[in-house]
Amino acid sequence: MAAIRAARTLQLLRPAGAQLMSTGVSQRTALYELHKLHGAKFGPFAGWDMPLVYADQGALDSHLHTRQHASIFDVSHMLQTRIVGKDRHRFLEHLVVADLKELPVGGATLSLFTNVSGGIEDDTIITQQNDSLYVVSNAGCADKDLAHLLSHVKIFQDAGADVDVLKIDDHSLIALQGPSSQKALEQLAAVSLSQMPFMTGKFIDIKGVPCHVARSGYTGEDGFELSIPTSEVASITQALLENKEVKLAGLGARDSLRLEAGLCLYGSDIDSTTTPMEANLVWTVGKRRRAEGGFIGADVILAQIANKSGIRRRVGLVIEGAPARAHTKILSAEGDEIGEVTSGVPAPSLGKNIAMAYVRKGFNKQGTKLKVKVRNRIQDATVVKMPFVPAGYHKI
Amino acid sequence: MALRVLSKTFLSQRLTGAQRGTIALRFYATKKYTASHEWIEIDNGVGTVGITDYAQNALGDVVYVEVPEVGTQVEFDETVGVVESVKSTSDIYSPLTGEITASNDKVVANTKLINKSAESDGWLFKVKFSSQQEVDALLNESDYKMLIESDH
Repeated sequence: MAAIRAARTLQLLRPAGAQLMSTGVSQRTALYELHKLHGAKFGPFAGWDMPLVYADQGALDSHLHTRQHASIFDVSHMLQTRIVGKDRHRFLEHLVVADLKELPVGGATLSLFTNVSGGIEDDTIITQQNDSLYVVSNAGCADKDLAHLLSHVKIFQDAGADVDVLKIDDHSLIALQGPSSQKALEQLAAVSLSQMPFMTGKFIDIKGVPCHVARSGYTGEDGFELSIPTSEVASITQALLENKEVKLAGLGARDSLRLEAGLCLYGSDIDSTTTPMEANLVWTVGKRRRAEGGFIGADVILAQIANKSGIRRRVGLVIEGAPARAHTKILSAEGDEIGEVTSGVPAPSLGKNIAMAYVRKGFNKQGTKLKVKVRNRIQDATVVKMPFVPAGYHKI
Repeated sequence: MALRVLSKTFLSQRLTGAQRGTIALRFYATKKYTASHEWIEIDNGVGTVGITDYAQNALGDVVYVEVPEVGTQVEFDETVGVVESVKSTSDIYSPLTGEITASNDKVVANTKLINKSAESDGWLFKVKFSSQQEVDALLNESDYKMLIESDH
């Protein structure tokens, strides 16, 4: 008998990242002590010791609190870089699919780092600043992304381009997410944020400290990602927490929130083998970029877009019965294996089981009835439109 | 049996009838554990099985539970159910060979019971066991405590 036998679950059973502390390999964010003070249970994530849940609320409570009020997620483990120099757009457009010349100053966009096979190396949010491009990418890809940026910038520099990649080491990153975020931030920022659109970023003084504030996030709610000088991040986080509507939330809730919002997790729902066409992320490829190409893997990616090819498609599923987790097999109504779940949870806001999955092209239309095989039992599944939960993004 | 004498005095002076019943049960029923964080209360040839409080705390909010059907013949270490939190799935294996004589429908309907009362109201199933050897091989309370402390 082994209730908690799977290796991935065993990690959950190891309290407070004790094993990692003793080996000294895991990194801690500047908010580590604050998390501890709030009774955080830590777990290893991409070489970091990150809070999973807090003493006063479990993942489920944090999830619902974020949908109703606001939560702070420590995302300081993510990679923040700045691309500078007058050739910065030409350089970064070689690595990503976005139209960065068209992006207005203060505008932000989701984009993709691609590889020569047309696969996705990482997803990233890029903000157009006055003098630079501000790039935030995944913690799990941080080493790989930085090496990729640095190796390519050297090629550009050697060819005489005016461009450089600067890793931002002195700023921590927190995400304030949920419908109460604007009010909570306005109390500390002493400016109105009602006219700040979703997917824009600018520098704002918070408690007198200059911070980069991006109106974006990974929960499907309105919210902000705050890049704060590391020396000030604990005091600003504490000041935000003085607002009764704001609570800390961990990685447990972050995953279920992003899945309900239909947002991909790199390494699960997209990876170096999935293309933008297959991942249903063609909208991230700028119009001019589709015409001109010029990014790594453009030949494969643009041909797939033109021919609507690629063997599979990313879809959302609603599943009857038991939750279907990653790697659950998907069958057609006739019983042929046609795909696999990449992320699945019992959705806390919906009271039903949802999943992201890849299915063979042709089985991806909304309303398609499919089957999933959970512990050798066949259950019904239906292809649905994502997001699963309506987005609460700020509209002006 | 000093403990028993002390308990008798204690019971008659301090406890209500209902509490006395609970205490008395502990002298007849034996609680055992597995290395994978289940408890088994052995009483009169039947083992009542659940996950330990330590396990529910590690799993977090339980949102989905499957228990075996009454009448099912189960083997030692056979998958008989599942406990799922938002984030993870944990299979439940039978700690004993035998027949399922009861399963707790209340935890299926109200999965929070496992978080609230893992080692009592949150029981999962009862198995009428056929091998005392299997029972004897289970961990006792002090072994289990040592195990979870070494996990820290």
